[in-house]
Amino acid sequence: MMADSGSEDAAVIGNTDISSAEAENNLRNTMVEKGTSLLKKLEITVSEAEKRTGKNSVNMQETYTVYLIETRPADSGSEAGTPVPDMLWRRYSDFELLRTYLLVTYPYVIIPPLPEKRAEFVWHKLSADNLDPDFVERRRVGLENFLLRVASHPLLSNDKIFFLFLTDEKGWRDAVLETGFQDKVDSRLKSLSASFRVKNPDKRFTALKQYSDELNAVISQLLRVRARVADRLYGVYKVHGNYGRVFSEWSAIEKEMGDGLQSAGHHMDTYAASIDDILEEEEHYADQLKEYLYYTEAVRSVCRKHELLQYEVEMAAQDLAYKKQQREELVTGTVRVFSLKGMTSKLFGQESQEQREQRLAALEQGIQEGEELLKDKNHECQEFVQSAWKDIERFKEQKDRDLREALISYAIMQISMCKKGVQVWSNAKECFNKM
Amino acid sequence: PAVRAIRGGALRTMAVQGSAADLSVPVLDLEEDDDLEVFSKNTSVADGSPLPTSPSSMTNQYHLDREDPEESLEQNPEERERDLFITVDNPESQVTAIETFIMYRVLTRTTRGDFDSSEVEVRRRYQEFSWLRSKLEESHPTLIIPPLPEKFVVKGMVERFSEDFIETRKKALHRFLQKLSVHPVLSHSPHLKAFLTAQDLTPHKKQGPGLLSRMGDTMRSMAQSMRGVRGRAEEFSSLQDYTDRFNSTICSVDRVTQRVIREQKEYLDELRQYSPTYSQWAELEEGLSETLKGVARSLDLIGQETEGQVQELSEVLVPVLHEYVLCADTLKMVLRRRDNIQADFEVKNEALATRKVEQETVRVCAWVCVCGCVRLQEEVDSLADRLEQANVALRADWRHWRSSLRSDIQTSLLSTAERNVQYYEKVCIQYTHT
Repeated sequence: MMADSGSEDAAVIGNTDISSAEAENNLRNTMVEKGTSLLKKLEITVSEAEKRTGKNSVNMQETYTVYLIETRPADSGSEAGTPVPDMLWRRYSDFELLRTYLLVTYPYVIIPPLPEKRAEFVWHKLSADNLDPDFVERRRVGLENFLLRVASHPLLSNDKIFFLFLTDEKGWRDAVLETGFQDKVDSRLKSLSASFRVKNPDKRFTALKQYSDELNAVISQLLRVRARVADRLYGVYKVHGNYGRVFSEWSAIEKEMGDGLQSAGHHMDTYAASIDDILEEEEHYADQLKEYLYYTEAVRSVCRKHELLQYEVEMAAQDLAYKKQQREELVTGTVRVFSLKGMTSKLFGQESQEQREQRLAALEQGIQEGEELLKDKNHECQEFVQSAWKDIERFKEQKDRDLREALISYAIMQISMCKKGVQVWSNAKECFNKM
Repeated sequence: PAVRAIRGGALRTMAVQGSAADLSVPVLDLEEDDDLEVFSKNTSVADGSPLPTSPSSMTNQYHLDREDPEESLEQNPEERERDLFITVDNPESQVTAIETFIMYRVLTRTTRGDFDSSEVEVRRRYQEFSWLRSKLEESHPTLIIPPLPEKFVVKGMVERFSEDFIETRKKALHRFLQKLSVHPVLSHSPHLKAFLTAQDLTPHKKQGPGLLSRMGDTMRSMAQSMRGVRGRAEEFSSLQDYTDRFNSTICSVDRVTQRVIREQKEYLDELRQYSPTYSQWAELEEGLSETLKGVARSLDLIGQETEGQVQELSEVLVPVLHEYVLCADTLKMVLRRRDNIQADFEVKNEALATRKVEQETVRVCAWVCVCGCVRLQEEVDSLADRLEQANVALRADWRHWRSSLRSDIQTSLLSTAERNVQYYEKVCIQYTHT
């Protein structure tokens, strides 16, 4: 099923007749090459989709779609015949669960996004219905893409749970729940939406977050406008179909002009019909943009996670400093900072020596713990920054590569559309000439 | 050039230079001055009679045309040797105490001897164009007079003095005079000449009322002949049929074209927002920037070219289609008038037949009867003549019109198709650069 071209980006530019399926394959091959051992060992596809009905969690009947995941050893070609692939069925919510697990477990990684839950940025001819076959097909492609991205990630591909997702139909759910990641989900949600201010933000992360937000805005805008443009272009092409009908009528009453009009009419029909394929291919381009739109959300959450860690470091440091100050005051007997204890001891008399020593001991312990905590937090933060930044660099390269390829295949699509246009109208010209 | 003498008139014809076919176009023979006056008298139809005064010369001219039916269809009227060039331009508004209106400059260049000078300029308003057309219709009831742009625009709140409206009208008026200038019969009409040359049309306009009342007569006789035309020749029935179907078809083509323009404009509106978004994105990126800018540029080009397409349609195809929509109405009227002429003839003919029968069966005073019969016979003969001429004129002009239709439609459709090809070629190249 995979193309054996193993082509690099450069080859794409020269080939003007590349189809969207081929472009997909090129992307996949690139992922394999830059990817990891998992993808080199295992071929993964999401090959089919099926409708099922069953009872859901609130015991109501519902219709949903399941997707068939097939895996087979990558070097199957050399063996005698193709071995039977392992297969299992998963539904969209299973994918969501997997992704949430990954988000929580690898907070410093930009986790690949899933295809959209509901159809967004639709133009009027496109169905917004989740059960629509075209939507299901595009989602199937998106899910496959997701799996391939995870499988080609240096860290994520080694995850046990991911492997079970691909291979163990029944046991996977229990395994993932056993990791206890669910506990972290709530706190993560809370932390990501909490507002706090970091005193010394890391400039790189600030810049990245800003870029990510701006990219999100611009791609959203682009997708919105593109949908409207597609809608209008559809109108232009289809209206020309009316010429087909009218020229046909006209040819019936004319002697000399009849033939010319009739054949020109046929070309107008062809022209009008051509827009359906053109726009279907463009949806693929839109999907590629959407993937990166959702990627920006993943980038944002990594930045936020870092902010949170940074904040925790600052808090720990602040807390430690405060405790140290308290100790100093206790030792020297000076009250530099207003405190209720200080006031009450002034009002109600000094505490006893024993009490003071107790307090001092508690503080010393607190300070020690605080220092440990600060050290840990700092360490955590630094490690996070290191891992995250490595992944961010990887992501940036991937993004530039993928988007350039998407834009180029968009241009190629447009070229092909123009060539068809030249063809049709030249034909029409000839018919008019013969009139 | 071979010159063919025509019996009974000084109308001369010259074969078109350089053309293989023996086409005849009435052109003033400048070498023989003594023919000049005779020529102008012969083609004058302004004396109240709705028919050319030398019917035989007219008939002969159409005989010549009929001999070469194929060629007359193939050759573009514009390709024949032209001696009358008219342009309409320079609209200016005139303000008087009572009203405001637009005057157009009508410039005529000609080599015809019956014009006082080779170049004449006058200023005319729409009303005067309208006058010209009415006079031509009166004089030539079964010729297909080119249409004028509409007096009012029904749909939309179009300002009478908006630039677009004036421009469109000016172009249509220009086309109107163009068509007249190459028409074998109409281009020699004295009404046209007066329109083109008289600095003040008012004295000419005063000839109106008498003819208008005659038009009223025609209307009344039309009501009389509502019983239908008997024995209408198959050829005219099929023309009627064609006219009806042509009417609905040409209106459809016009409507479709209007819709295409509308859709293109809406597409253009959305496109205008699409390209800047790519530019915006390019600002954010480093490595991707060039590619994004390339796409933005291509989209800008698409916008420009789409504008060009809309312009092309509006300026070339739409005016032509519109003209033929109006022509469809003219065709109907022309056929109806011809039917009326036939009806008039048939009514009188029947009366004559009845009279003759009476004469034989009832022995009334012979002399009165005979006189009456003779008079009636004369009337019938003249009506028969009139009918025959009307038919001939119609047939010939129908061919002329059909030939114009074909060449106009072909030219404008070709132009549209060519524009579209160019559009796609240009966009293709631009995207290849990306």
